[in-house]
Amino acid sequence: MTALTLTIDGELLAVPPGTTLLQACRQQGVALPTLCHLDGLQPVGACRLCLVEVEGAGRLMAACLGLVAEGMVVRTDTPQLRAFRRLTVEMLFAEGNHVCAVCVANGACELQDVAVAVGMDHVDLTYQWPQRPVDASHPRFAIDHNRCILCTRCVRACDELERAHVWDVAWRGSHCRIIAGLDQPWGSVEACTSCGQCVDACPTGALFDKQETCGERQPRPQRARLHQGGLP
Amino acid sequence: MAQIRCCTASGCRAAGGDALLQALQQARGHQGLSPAALSIKAVGCLRLCGRGPLVALDPADGGCQKLYGAVPPASALALVQLALAPHAPGAATALAAHAVDGDHPFFALQQPVVLEGLGRVDPESIDDALAHGAYSQLQRCRAEARPEQVRACIRSSGLRGRGGAGYPTGLKWDTVALQPKGPRLVVCNADEGDPGAFMDRAVLEGDPHRLLEGLAIAAFAVGAELGYVYLRAEYPLAIARLRRALRQLRQRGLLQGLDLQLRVGAGAYVCGEETALLASIAGGRGTPRQRPPYPAQQGLFGRPTLINNVETLAAVPAILRRGADWYAALGTGRSRGTKVFSLSGALPHTGLVEVPMGTSLRTVVETMGGASGVKAVQTGGPAGGCIPSALLDTPIAYETLAELGSMLGSGGMVVLPEGLPMPQLVRYFMGFCAAESCGKCVPCRAGTVQLAQLLDRFCAGRGSAGDLQQLEQLGRMVQATSLCGLGQGAPNPVFSTLRHFRHEYEAACGGAPR
Repeated sequence: MTALTLTIDGELLAVPPGTTLLQACRQQGVALPTLCHLDGLQPVGACRLCLVEVEGAGRLMAACLGLVAEGMVVRTDTPQLRAFRRLTVEMLFAEGNHVCAVCVANGACELQDVAVAVGMDHVDLTYQWPQRPVDASHPRFAIDHNRCILCTRCVRACDELERAHVWDVAWRGSHCRIIAGLDQPWGSVEACTSCGQCVDACPTGALFDKQETCGERQPRPQRARLHQGGLP
Repeated sequence: MAQIRCCTASGCRAAGGDALLQALQQARGHQGLSPAALSIKAVGCLRLCGRGPLVALDPADGGCQKLYGAVPPASALALVQLALAPHAPGAATALAAHAVDGDHPFFALQQPVVLEGLGRVDPESIDDALAHGAYSQLQRCRAEARPEQVRACIRSSGLRGRGGAGYPTGLKWDTVALQPKGPRLVVCNADEGDPGAFMDRAVLEGDPHRLLEGLAIAAFAVGAELGYVYLRAEYPLAIARLRRALRQLRQRGLLQGLDLQLRVGAGAYVCGEETALLASIAGGRGTPRQRPPYPAQQGLFGRPTLINNVETLAAVPAILRRGADWYAALGTGRSRGTKVFSLSGALPHTGLVEVPMGTSLRTVVETMGGASGVKAVQTGGPAGGCIPSALLDTPIAYETLAELGSMLGSGGMVVLPEGLPMPQLVRYFMGFCAAESCGKCVPCRAGTVQLAQLLDRFCAGRGSAGDLQQLEQLGRMVQATSLCGLGQGAPNPVFSTLRHFRHEYEAACGGAPR
């Protein structure tokens, strides 16, 4: 079979086999919010923002991971999904210390964009105000864990694109943290090539160039290319 | 020959079982007896863990076995004397305070299938295991049966996964066996971690060869040449005994080309989830991934992988020996065979029970466990729920417990006393899930924290109607959107207690508004 047909929000479309639901949605012009997804990196289905309803499936399905099957009937915009997405974004805002006004990524932040897209105008949940460190030991870049949403895009970009695997996740639950090397200062990790792809992959201002200050981050050409699925 | 069997599993060890075993051996020496005249055997669990250390006495005349509990080392001599001369006047009186009634329903109503070797076999001796029939079914399979016949037998026995999900075992075996040609693997999930669950530990510590036989039969049935046992690091005795059993198995050449290996976890509850378990075996961080693809199609190292729980595999040799029909005749409805439960909580008789499916909760908790004044029974661990005492006549089965908003789970059964505030219990489980969340997906990582904080308000008696509404809304979201069973199941105790004990939450409202 060279084409699969499916219905997304009532519209029929045909896609080649191997297409993910997210790709199909984009082809259809349906803008599903995503945070952990970045074209060109392995999908992980961690942020749960791209969850869609698939008729006949027992559970919601992460569109970034779900493959299109013939005759699928997909709904992307139901009251339930809208409520879940909003709650998910609220959870991210309540979990970290996201202060847009003093963030390098203000105005060029995917978390901000997603919050606008799902209509999150305030947070009902309890802010956690965690104590998190900043690591500025690298000569060119820094990581501010307060702004990290644990999407692991930096982990995957470093591992899959640069093949350096400087980043990984340590600890569990709400104590999870992105670590450099063997949980050491970033600047002391010899494996780091200072390529900056982790910084480009970061959807928020957690990873940033030291030369940038509040609101100075621009969507860069490399960033744009990563978004479009090509290697930089 | 008279025999004294002394439990050396974790529970009895903690109560002084090792010292007792040594004292028994010394007492035998003092009496000038050789091991041939009086056998003192270290065995696995004798069931009534709450009264450890336990000792079973088999008189030389083949009389009825006697059981003694909470035996101090000082009583070792009296035990040895009693074993030698059971009918001597006054022999039994010295131990009368320690006697355990072997005819009590706790023992009488048990139907040992998975546990049949427990308390009889020396877990450290392959010779003793072989003498009790270990590996006879494996050898019979290899000599007489084709893999598809073994699978058909398991299929028709109606055995379902005992880890909690209840997936039909035969179907899983078929799915793995029928994958395209190429290497495939078997994995035993021994990462038992539910609070209040210790069934698998008892099997691992008390009869490791039964599990390994089950695993080897599974490997034969699906055509695997490599198998792993994934065992949690918190079970050091189980690790030591399984290691020894594996070494013995290799030395005897019983594996015949099959390679079985032990992998020890690093203390993460989430690694009991099958995809996280596989990631951990493969050397990665123990985080789950989305299914499909299911491990049966694409599992460890990308190969078709069969994953079964300890109790499931340990039931296999008995099913093959006694026949699928025999096993299927036990149980009820779509839940066949027996189930092992670890009984704990507010009841006099705590320990391991194995009963046929369909036995009522009341029989297990009140008749066998001797509980009275029960408020509810918690089953299924952190993803399970609480069944109020009014519903204790429910027969135990996968479906019936699920209908009540709980689940059969892996077999932890905690009896909750009158007066226990339900929000407090649920807060404990939510804290457990929050701490054990792997942190990969947002609803589980951040949602469980939020839920725990909401529950704190109810525990402190300062909840509000808004909090209750948010609790339900957030719970539904975490349940529906989490990546794996840990997050999906985390709100279950909330919903189960809201269903049966909603008034307790409402009573905790009306305090100061937040």
